[in-house]
Amino acid sequence: MSGLTRRQFIQIGGAAAGTAAVGAGLTTNWFGADPDVVHDPGTEGDRVVPTFCELCFWKCGVLAHVKDGRVTKLTGNPAHPLSRGRLCPRGTGGIGLLYDPDRLKKPLIRKSKGGDQVFREVEWDAALDHVAENLLKIKDKYGPEAMALYSHGYGGSWFKHLLKAYGSGNIAAPSYAQCRGPREVGFQLTFGSGVGSPETTDMEHSRVITLIGSHLGENMHNTQVQDLARALDRGAELVVVDPRFSIAAGKARYWLPIKPGTDIALLLAWMHVIVNEGLYDHDYLARYAVGLDKLKESLKDRTPEWAFARTTIPPETIVETARFIAGAGPASLVHPGRHVTWYGDDTQRSRAIALLNALLGAWGRKGGFTLPSKVDLPSYPYTKYAHKPKAPPDMPKDTLYPLADSTLASGLCMASIPGTAAYDIKGWIVYGTNLIQSLPAPEQTMKAIQSLDFMVAVDVLPAEICGFADVVLPESTYLERCDEVHTPPYKEPFVAVRQPVVDPLYDSKPGWWIARELAHRIGLNDYFPWKDSVEYAMHRVKAGGFDCDELRLSGVALGKPTPVYIEDGLDPAFDTPSGKIELYSDTLEQAGFDPVPQYEPPEEPPPGQFRLLFGRSPAHTFGRTTNNRFLSEVVDGNEVWLNARVATEMGLKDGTNVVLINQDGVRSEPVPLKATQRIRPDCVYMVHGYGHDAKGLKFAKGRGASDSRLVTRYKVDPIMGGTGMNVNFVRVERWAS
Amino acid sequence: MSKKTEPRYAMVVDTKLCVACKACVLACKSENDVPDGFCRDWLVEETRGVFPDLRAENRSERCNHCAHPPCVHACPTGASHVNEGGTVLVTHHKCTGCKACIGACPYDSRFVHPDGYVDKCTFCLHRVQRGKEPACVEVCPTFCLHFGDLNDPDSEVSKLLRTRKHKVLHPETGCEPNVYFLEGGPR
Repeated sequence: MSGLTRRQFIQIGGAAAGTAAVGAGLTTNWFGADPDVVHDPGTEGDRVVPTFCELCFWKCGVLAHVKDGRVTKLTGNPAHPLSRGRLCPRGTGGIGLLYDPDRLKKPLIRKSKGGDQVFREVEWDAALDHVAENLLKIKDKYGPEAMALYSHGYGGSWFKHLLKAYGSGNIAAPSYAQCRGPREVGFQLTFGSGVGSPETTDMEHSRVITLIGSHLGENMHNTQVQDLARALDRGAELVVVDPRFSIAAGKARYWLPIKPGTDIALLLAWMHVIVNEGLYDHDYLARYAVGLDKLKESLKDRTPEWAFARTTIPPETIVETARFIAGAGPASLVHPGRHVTWYGDDTQRSRAIALLNALLGAWGRKGGFTLPSKVDLPSYPYTKYAHKPKAPPDMPKDTLYPLADSTLASGLCMASIPGTAAYDIKGWIVYGTNLIQSLPAPEQTMKAIQSLDFMVAVDVLPAEICGFADVVLPESTYLERCDEVHTPPYKEPFVAVRQPVVDPLYDSKPGWWIARELAHRIGLNDYFPWKDSVEYAMHRVKAGGFDCDELRLSGVALGKPTPVYIEDGLDPAFDTPSGKIELYSDTLEQAGFDPVPQYEPPEEPPPGQFRLLFGRSPAHTFGRTTNNRFLSEVVDGNEVWLNARVATEMGLKDGTNVVLINQDGVRSEPVPLKATQRIRPDCVYMVHGYGHDAKGLKFAKGRGASDSRLVTRYKVDPIMGGTGMNVNFVRVERWAS
Repeated sequence: MSKKTEPRYAMVVDTKLCVACKACVLACKSENDVPDGFCRDWLVEETRGVFPDLRAENRSERCNHCAHPPCVHACPTGASHVNEGGTVLVTHHKCTGCKACIGACPYDSRFVHPDGYVDKCTFCLHRVQRGKEPACVEVCPTFCLHFGDLNDPDSEVSKLLRTRKHKVLHPETGCEPNVYFLEGGPR
């Protein structure tokens, strides 16, 4: 594009200057006779293709503007309920992924060369034959369940289908046990259903929104941030509980800089006040809940004074905020958060949040949580899977996480270390997830990989995980492919399609094509009967009664809205054993856990050490966008936040390069220090996803530090196997170059 | 019907809503094909106070399209000029890249484009002329950016400035900037 601008400068400038000189004679302001034109950068494009985003997993509707075969810009699709014509920074930055010069360009196969192992570029046929051969070998030798799939991203659906047809149900994403899992289980135990994605929060109509460690605004899920902003604009108030003065804290009526790891104590004390002062929604609980007396009984001693000693939040603040939060019920939302695997007690913390919401009467209420429906598209009429697979070996031998309702990515990884689980995993397909950064304890992951017979990675960029694979298959980006249709439960039910905007660059191929080619090579043709993913998607769209041509033109079609609140006439159903909201959980009690959450004090950092906390940047999605040069124009590295007073005491200045050394002696890469008033003195904070060391990520390599490397230990949630990762302590030292 | 007057374009930034996500910066960059390493708008995150008594303000900033633009007066070639609605623009082919305007601008909102001319925010006048909002306003996921005509008393920007407490940056310069920042509560 800069070439075009340069041409304009020479042509117009040269010609116009000449004309002006002749026409106007030698006047002093000879430029002045030349008309000023409003420059049009010409990025509107010659065509616009609607699709949906994959820079994170929210899947906003996007309009891709294309000029001369090149995507010039991405804008929000006004018709799409998740974008409403607006995008977050990442959504705009899809062009930086599409045109990333470091993309995987050809299939790669690991070869030995003079004692060293190298990747050799091969043609697709050779790569696919090699993968197919190993898939068959593993099935013959160990049975199909020895094959596992890690999948994170919407294109993963083809590989999930492939693996099920192959005979294995060992499919997991780090988005469960390393992210949202405990929240889903905590809410299911209470209300009979989780909050899903997009979350069913109705912030748009809330009067008070309480955030527990959730840093919305930095954690940039488009529609949620839009709803938060709309609420603030209407005068809603925020209560923010966070050891860090987050962006959201800067907008809050109350900021409670809580001691990390003590949230349950605060939640119990808040409920103590609400129950004692009778501030809960009496009618709602009488009608929809069971166990109030037992809950009251167990909260008896959880006074604000008791919580003060644990959380460092003054008792009068606890009382005042409890009344403030309760005063806005039921339009008072205690946000369930998203990445909640912190301390290993995360299901119980999430359940405490669910209980507080129940007391406020917020579940199924306007300004609380919606109970949405989705557009029901019939599934594609596939041949039934022939083999009923064995249960996943995703827990250590003789261990049970009784309430896990999805497969644990961390568990499948551990099961790859021989003899540790019910049976061994021997092969991995890794689709779009950099397990080296997304699972805790990377050394353990690398050890597990050493025990595998075979591993194939399907990715767009050469992330660290690709370096461990036997075969690397270059996938096309979301702007070059059609994927599964998107129909999530949402207050405005919709159907959205992802369609190719431009042809695949390099020798990359879309996921559907890769999965289908593999299926054809291992005798599973019957499971992939369609010509391409467009045919597949349009079959489903048509079966659902939607007009295919219209949908391809608009990118999205709205379904029939259903009531989502009690206020709309909804009669809420609770899929719990009692059929009601369970304030006291027999399910937990029978499984040997606290039926009402109890507070367990976290381990304290030793003197001179800080608890390591990590979070999100609005411009990035973990490590998967940190190589994106366009996004890096606004955020191109991370920093370590340290309390300014502590930094001064340690003689460390803002901007100094430091290293972090964790309790196990693991050292971080050098990283700039952010000495700031915006964090408690007992913890440090950094944005996750930096500190890449994969050479192929030419831009990201060596930028910032990796929190993942420092997460050498984690605390497993005994209820569902989530991996609490905020349990690492670090020293901060000046970097000696 | 009131007599149609020449518009006076302005931007109003609601600091209460802005989360400093920088979507505005990137939308501007792709809309206007701003070269790598440069931007026409940017974010300022200001924190005041001492832990734990803190206050924050986030501002999406850009050229202020001043009513008395020192850059226009400083420009020796007439490249920097006042265009429709008071929008301050640079005509690329008249600009020699001398940087007099950069020195004159109190807001540091101009840079030399690699192609040799001085570049800056245009209020996306090419879009506004087609009835669209500037790219930064259109993309903003917090609805914190508003664009419109201050000579129209019914415009959203006029209403916001009538009802909300607001400020401009460096009012002491006398430039009369046309980018306004709404603060916390009502006026």
